[in-house]
Amino acid sequence: MNLRVLKRNIPFAATAVVCVLLYVFGAVQFYDENFFSLRVFINFFYDNAFLGIAAIGMTFVILSGGIDLSVGGVVGLVSVLLAILMENHGAPPVIAIPLVLLLGAGLGTVMGVFVHYFALPAFLVTLAGMFFARGMALVLQYESVPITKHVDSINSTLSLPLGSGLQLPSSALIYLGAFVLALWLAHFTRFGRNVYAVGGNEQSATLMGLPVARTRVGVYTLSGFCAALAGVTYSLYTSSGNPNAGMGLELDAIAAAVIGGTLLSGGVGYLAGTFVGVLIFGIIQTTIIFQGTLSSWWTKIVVGGLLLLFILLQKGIQAKKLRPKN
Amino acid sequence: MSDPTHLPLLQLRGISKSFPGVKALAEVDFTVRRGEVHALMGENGAGKSTLIKVLTGVYQRDGGSALFDAHDINPKTPQDAQRIGISTVYQEVNLIPHLSVAENICLGRQRSKFGFLNWREIRRRAEKAMARLGIAVDVAETVANCSIAIQQLVAIARALDIDAKLLILDEPTSSLDEKEVERLFGVMRKLKDEGLGIVFVTHFLDQVYAVSDRITVLRNGNFVGEYEAASLPRIELISKMMGKELSEADFKAADRKEHQRGETPLLHLENVGRRGSLKPLNLEIFEGEVLGLSGLLGSGRTETARLLFGVDQPDSGTTRLDGNPIKLKSPRQAMERKFGFCPEDRKTEAIIPNLSVRENIVLALQVNQGWMRYVSRAKQNELADKFIKALNIKTPHAEQPIRLLSGGNQQKVILARWLASHPRLLILDEPTRGIDVGAKLEIEKLVASLAGEGMAILFISSDLEEMVRNSHRVVVLRDRKKVCELQGGEISESAIMHAIAKAES
Repeated sequence: MNLRVLKRNIPFAATAVVCVLLYVFGAVQFYDENFFSLRVFINFFYDNAFLGIAAIGMTFVILSGGIDLSVGGVVGLVSVLLAILMENHGAPPVIAIPLVLLLGAGLGTVMGVFVHYFALPAFLVTLAGMFFARGMALVLQYESVPITKHVDSINSTLSLPLGSGLQLPSSALIYLGAFVLALWLAHFTRFGRNVYAVGGNEQSATLMGLPVARTRVGVYTLSGFCAALAGVTYSLYTSSGNPNAGMGLELDAIAAAVIGGTLLSGGVGYLAGTFVGVLIFGIIQTTIIFQGTLSSWWTKIVVGGLLLLFILLQKGIQAKKLRPKN
Repeated sequence: MSDPTHLPLLQLRGISKSFPGVKALAEVDFTVRRGEVHALMGENGAGKSTLIKVLTGVYQRDGGSALFDAHDINPKTPQDAQRIGISTVYQEVNLIPHLSVAENICLGRQRSKFGFLNWREIRRRAEKAMARLGIAVDVAETVANCSIAIQQLVAIARALDIDAKLLILDEPTSSLDEKEVERLFGVMRKLKDEGLGIVFVTHFLDQVYAVSDRITVLRNGNFVGEYEAASLPRIELISKMMGKELSEADFKAADRKEHQRGETPLLHLENVGRRGSLKPLNLEIFEGEVLGLSGLLGSGRTETARLLFGVDQPDSGTTRLDGNPIKLKSPRQAMERKFGFCPEDRKTEAIIPNLSVRENIVLALQVNQGWMRYVSRAKQNELADKFIKALNIKTPHAEQPIRLLSGGNQQKVILARWLASHPRLLILDEPTRGIDVGAKLEIEKLVASLAGEGMAILFISSDLEEMVRNSHRVVVLRDRKKVCELQGGEISESAIMHAIAKAES
């Protein structure tokens, strides 16, 4: 039994091992520069909070057998809207933030409805969503503007002091909170289990009497919400409203989920894996920054290599595991 | 009327269901009592699956009444049906492969505690459900890692977990081995004793008699009758399913030409079989011969064809072509040896709907020649025109997309596809199903003349008359096993029916 559980977790275990190896490598290589410190560790989450939040939503979508390409676009739109609402119209954050979150969720719902009820490919529907959101963001504001009001107070209120002058910054806090909620949603609610079921075999899920429509629309709504939350986090992190925010973020999110062991075909995966996947992004980025001479774009190349490695690994495991015993 | 226990569990009266152009069910009655296993029998197109879909809310009935547990019912969705206590376990087990047995049993009905799913309760409930069936299985195991037999039982456990009163088993045994079938029967008997009504759909006659109390027979969407299993002889069951009274079923093809067989068979199967789909059998096909393959649906006819054509690979026995052993690993290799195969399911396995008649005809020939040697357009046109004329294919022109043709004409195009590649062996699986009488006769005529030219033809059909009329020799299959071989004068409808009916000795 224990052996079997281990086997089922090979993709996740491999991700975790790679993560630890990368971390140890960085810690040893840059020992004198304090790579191995709480401050740097916190930064892994701080710098990638918006990626992590978007990847949470993406993981649900992929688990359900779909894909959401609109994530980056929504981040840009939300970022711009937040700036306009708070700067130009003086809206207080307690109104502006829920409003943009609702907008993101609503966009997700609309896409989910198209995907489910019109049986359109998720790839195309969310591609349209991406163009719409990004275009809208650029129409509203063609370049980045600073947000001066409220941001500092939000960031200081939401941060968690950790003692010895360190603190968990607001975006990291939002990310970790979202992750814990997502774990609960995926593993301890009917909705979460239905997501796995729909992604595992939609026809079976229908015949088993599961609410397929509600689940699918729910998943895109959730992803839209996460994208919007990522947009809010981005704005808090950069203190700006940037129509180009989150360019290509959806692809990073997909990569993080897949590196974390989520199968693109749906039904199999772990949120914890995505979490580690995002962490790997952070470690690679930080290592490259510490290294100093390499361009930060090397992150992409390393991630590409890892991604390839992981899908090959999964393919191998799948081929072994899914052969029916008869 | 007030005491529901006196009523049968399920009472369907005069159920009708039409689809555009087809009357799928006409005034069908179906009654299931508490504590009985009721077999629903019928050949292809009899209406069994339509009836079950009406019962489980996949389709809505056009007419008739349905009384379940003393209440009028009209389920709109499978969920509706489940809610009132009608559960179905399909042939293709419908579970979520990557989730655990426990989760599959409880999915959608899990209970929560303080907003968290209670995983311990899920586990306990699943264990209880499996124990009720008398099956020991680790409920934490992933379903994909379980055998089909266990998956089937998990599906049944799930059905029972929703307090089903009526359990519909749609061909549950088609992928089980004998031991697994016995275990399933044990479970069915146990549930029957607990007062459940069980509807059992299967093609295996032995299994019907092994476990059923009553049998309802449908044919062409019509209700034929309801019988006590114990007092319905097999042969009568078969004649009712096939729609032939035994007295009139003596059609013999008097004018059939005797076939002069050569020395070595073109194709010779020795003990060729495949676990779970076909028991080892011997089969010889000679050049210029029409070999009929008869049997009920699910008896192994199509499975034989698939093995011959390399779609599936046998796991036992040897196949000889012209006396030399061969192993076919793919249809491609079969085509290289000049075999042709018109599959049963024309729509999904044969035609390429949006390609033109010409393109569909040239396909097999082009594959045989390899893509490097392109069949010239002039040659293509010539071929298409030749076959359109020769087979009397009704199409405005050769460039018409094949999907716009009628079924019979599509079938002729598929035939033309293979004829263009000059096969030595042509496998025809139900070539005349669903096509009109005129086209049917033309195809039969074509079969005879092709055999006359020396082609070997394996002819599979559910239509006994057609089988008798066209075959030089008939091999009868039952329950995935060859049961007898009839030659020349021995071939008659009643002989085939008796061979199908004969109980396992």
